[in-house]
Amino acid sequence: MALRKYIFSVDHKIVGMQYLCTGLVMAFVGGYLAYVFRHQLAWPNEPVPLFGMVGPDQYNASVTMHGTIMVFWVAMPILLSGFGNYLLPLMIGAPDMAFPRLNMMSFWTFFLSTLLLMSSFLVPGGAASGGWTSYPPLAASPGLSGVEWGGHLWILAVALEFASMLMGGINFLTTTLTMRAPGMTLFRMPILVWMLNIASLVFMFSVGPLIAGAFMLLADRLFQTGFFLPQSGGDPLLFQHLFWFFGHPEVYVLLFPALGIIAEVMTVFARKPFFGYRPLIYASLIASVLSFLVWAHHQFISGMDPRLAAPFSITTIIISVPFAVAIFSYIATLWGGSIELKTPMIFALGMLAEFLVGGVTGIFNGSAAADIYLHDTYFVVAHFHYTLFPVTFLAGFAGIYFWYPKWFGRLMNETWGKIHAVLTIISFNVTFLPLFAIGLVGHQRRIFDPSLFDYLQPFQHLHVISTWGFIILFLSQIIFVVNFIASLCYGPIATRNPWSAATLEWLAPSPPGHGNFEEPPVVHRGPYDYSLPGLTGKDWKNQTEAV
Amino acid sequence: MMLHWLPINISTYGHKIDHVILVIYLIVGIWFLLAEGILGYFIIRYHRSKGQPAIFQPGTSLRSLMWVLIPAALVLAFDIGIEVVQGPIWEEIKMNLPEKPDQTIRIRGRQFVWEITHPGPDGRLDTADDIKTFNQLTIPVHQKIVFELQAEDVIHSLWIPNLRLKQDAVPGRTIRGWFETMQTGTYPIACAELCGSGHGTMQGQLHVMDFADYQKWLAEQTPSGEGATSGTP
Amino acid sequence: MKSSVPIWRLGIWWFLGSEIVVFGGLIVCYLLYRFHHPEWASEAAHTLTWVGAVNTVVLLTSSLTMILAHHEVEHGNARSGATYLGLTILAGIIFLLLKSYEYHHEITEGFLPSRSLFWSFYFLMTALHGLHIVGGLVANVVVWSGLKRRFATHRIESVGLYWHFVDVVWIFLFPLLYLSASGGMR
Repeated sequence: MALRKYIFSVDHKIVGMQYLCTGLVMAFVGGYLAYVFRHQLAWPNEPVPLFGMVGPDQYNASVTMHGTIMVFWVAMPILLSGFGNYLLPLMIGAPDMAFPRLNMMSFWTFFLSTLLLMSSFLVPGGAASGGWTSYPPLAASPGLSGVEWGGHLWILAVALEFASMLMGGINFLTTTLTMRAPGMTLFRMPILVWMLNIASLVFMFSVGPLIAGAFMLLADRLFQTGFFLPQSGGDPLLFQHLFWFFGHPEVYVLLFPALGIIAEVMTVFARKPFFGYRPLIYASLIASVLSFLVWAHHQFISGMDPRLAAPFSITTIIISVPFAVAIFSYIATLWGGSIELKTPMIFALGMLAEFLVGGVTGIFNGSAAADIYLHDTYFVVAHFHYTLFPVTFLAGFAGIYFWYPKWFGRLMNETWGKIHAVLTIISFNVTFLPLFAIGLVGHQRRIFDPSLFDYLQPFQHLHVISTWGFIILFLSQIIFVVNFIASLCYGPIATRNPWSAATLEWLAPSPPGHGNFEEPPVVHRGPYDYSLPGLTGKDWKNQTEAV
Repeated sequence: MMLHWLPINISTYGHKIDHVILVIYLIVGIWFLLAEGILGYFIIRYHRSKGQPAIFQPGTSLRSLMWVLIPAALVLAFDIGIEVVQGPIWEEIKMNLPEKPDQTIRIRGRQFVWEITHPGPDGRLDTADDIKTFNQLTIPVHQKIVFELQAEDVIHSLWIPNLRLKQDAVPGRTIRGWFETMQTGTYPIACAELCGSGHGTMQGQLHVMDFADYQKWLAEQTPSGEGATSGTP
Repeated sequence: MKSSVPIWRLGIWWFLGSEIVVFGGLIVCYLLYRFHHPEWASEAAHTLTWVGAVNTVVLLTSSLTMILAHHEVEHGNARSGATYLGLTILAGIIFLLLKSYEYHHEITEGFLPSRSLFWSFYFLMTALHGLHIVGGLVANVVVWSGLKRRFATHRIESVGLYWHFVDVVWIFLFPLLYLSASGGMR
């Protein structure tokens, strides 16, 4: 019975938890790999404690697998599948997902893909080492990379992971369209629900060509075809187009749910309705359409026709407008609020503040002329970590601290939560700020020993600072793990609605039982009716309260 | 604050790239400080300890939305400004090759060396006096050099920070580009695209010589087309 | 909020939407290459056009029997519905048998996937399509075996939508791979 209830469960809450926990465990794997290569970069000639000597092949493999794991096995399952599965039905007042069995299948497909990916560390030749982008011919020719099975498994695992995320996306979209509680019109849905659906749509329509590309790449590896090999008439650049046609929208697949999470958190802890709910939704929809038209800005110097730079620069400029609208709306939401800096709020504000750094530094890379110099340097590394770290971890932690009482019926320790938040945000900056500088120096990416280059030697101390920052960042997460586990048993008991929030999930018991709500909710108002004029006693109205 | 990290520039167009970086830095820097400043100010000003109740402000009226839409329109205006500055520079560097280069060289990346073919005394490629070297690129200063970039096996990326030059080398393609140096000396060459286990060791030197030294260097080489090599593989 | 579209139909449509972009991506890649390689026409001449043509007819017929099966089941005739669905399954099997014959013929003639990019595309696209036929057959058999016991119009409509989709994909593949031998696609 326990097997049915907790392992092969079709309940969206269990599936969501399974995704979330797998994602968190994989975050430690990805973090460990980061520790291996960060230590190597700071002290290139010393063995890495808990690993050993790092040669170029181990270095390339750890960088490749770090990127792959953090994007596909941490950010995706936590933000989209974890929060999405658990919260989406609750927030629209549904008893479960539209296709509960498909949901379970989605997780187990994901789990299988995880096993495949992890097994690639154990095969002869080691794990894939062609970068998380897997550019051919390197990634298409085992003879040139020295990685045989690791590469096959990488492609299979990624393709399976995509399949599982597609199943999840089908579920999200169908559930949202068909299972909303009476009165829950589209524009009464919480922002997170909108964002999960937009993300699912973007994913669904961007990933197809890359799945096709993955088949082609696998055929090149296994059957001596030459889809991406020039000696057979193939073109290596075609894969880059397929990859980034997916890869850029993928950034928004991660960003949208993160924006959704912090919208829920910020409205509650500022006691304010979201400033410009509809404009935010419209802006996100426009951005999601535009996201299909900007991909080649990752390829300015890839050897593609340089005349393409102008149109893709222009679309990149246009896409910054809806995101400017979004970011300004978030800041404006704080205006005139009554801000309480609880742990989730610190993380949410941290996400906003740090993501701004990632956003503005992207403009350097989005400008083709500046990108000639900055492309493939550590500047890019710093830039995308300033986007993806806040999105994945700061927003992720905001969500975990925020919904923990709903999930487990207990609150996490607030003091340790705050310590965790402050340590994480500070050490994150110590890790990645130096990388901007080191990138400007001209430090190219993915070299295992910077001391081999004379012009990089004077800046070695920046690597050391970054690595110490990372070690503190990594160790700070122990606080989180202990807090997470200890609070399961010792945390203060949570009421149904510990944060006085207005959305539907806070009506259900903590944790919600099977079927979620004791009686089906009927919705009468929007999701963020905080500080309505004329209220006495409490300053908010739940979505089910009559107008 | 930002530009001083860049290595010295020795190409005729490098300062334009630096200029683009500076322009973006200034524009983006002001926006960034403003946004973070307002964010920080709101957090302090509207902290609950101040004891004032929150106002109900859903931002539904067009009037209040102007607080968001006008800044967003300004962002667009500044973005267009950046594009106007950077667009022509990209065109100059990557699209408009000099019609009469002083010299054409061929650079071919393979795991894990740059194979460089200098035209030799006759100034033309694919003749008997071509000079082939590994990782050592020797050119005369103040000359417009056009390069033909190729790759043998996997994608490499020619990366010469002091020239502000980066261009991927793709198997099956010949990608042409150009540069002109302003200063003699020896500068690093690297590979900027992951190309296999030796990616981190793939490096070379750019030797920029004045014309007399270059002639002297030419005379010292074994002038032979195919198979002639010098330098260390 | 009840939607006017039933849940299962929405699910199938989302699924087909994501499938379209996979095949769409593959077809676009093929076209991009095809325009640069007019010489593929002579390669395409080695495909067994008559088998492809017969298979096109077979699949189109199977789509028709699928529609008839759905029509019958909708009107309560489970027995004749099962017959038509059985015919659809039979057509699918005939398609696969003919396809296997083709593969056999081509491979023995030396037209392996590694021979040239055209054959790489030919084998990848038809194999992916063939796998979808296999998947469709499995789903059809599951629905067929359940038809006697319960009238599930939506089950037969689901597999029907999928089957039509696989059929449509073939309608694209047939001219692209078999009929492009004339070299007229320059």
